[in-house]
Amino acid sequence: MEWIEWLLYIFLGIGVAFNFLASIGLLRFPDVYTRLHAGTKCTTFGSIFLSLAVIIYGLWKYYDGEKYMLTLSIHAFFALIAIILTNPTGAHAIARAAHRSGVKPARAVVDDLEEERK
Amino acid sequence: MGKEDRRMIWNPFLIVVVVLLVCILIAMIRVLLGPTAPDRVVGLDTINTLVIAAMLLFGAAFEEIIYIDVAIVYALLSFVTTLFIAKYLEGGRF
Repeated sequence: MEWIEWLLYIFLGIGVAFNFLASIGLLRFPDVYTRLHAGTKCTTFGSIFLSLAVIIYGLWKYYDGEKYMLTLSIHAFFALIAIILTNPTGAHAIARAAHRSGVKPARAVVDDLEEERK
Repeated sequence: MGKEDRRMIWNPFLIVVVVLLVCILIAMIRVLLGPTAPDRVVGLDTINTLVIAAMLLFGAAFEEIIYIDVAIVYALLSFVTTLFIAKYLEGGRF
């Protein structure tokens, strides 16, 4: 079972790299909307890969004969579903609230939402 | 130092958790010096997702199922909190 450890390390590496890029993007981008773009998408993608690593680890231990690890794997799958469903919805709510509270995008060319409200 | 202790220290999940802690500190800089209120909310949302991922990895590192349950509940509660703050920023009629 050597290859499954390599798969685990690759998934952990992808997840932690994307989470780190998200926190760098929070510092580097100019306004709220681009920061939201970096922070939400990158952390969702990275957390998907981290929880997939946890699921694979649980299934591997279950295959090795520790029966309770199947429960850990199933619960990690439910956490993955919770992350996937709630994270973009929260980002949408924040972006709409930021636009309605009067924050303008930096160097915006066209603001279609503002045109819509007139 | 026995074999078990070395395995506990060099657990790959715990190393990833340490890197996630550095990410949380970087996102906390944005919460501290964000110019407007939505900037701070964006930083808080990012920190919430990173904490969920760290809880999942702690559950795998110590092989405790209860940590994963805590992560599920934290995900749903932080989503509700984000929606409430967004509704308040919007100038909220509930």
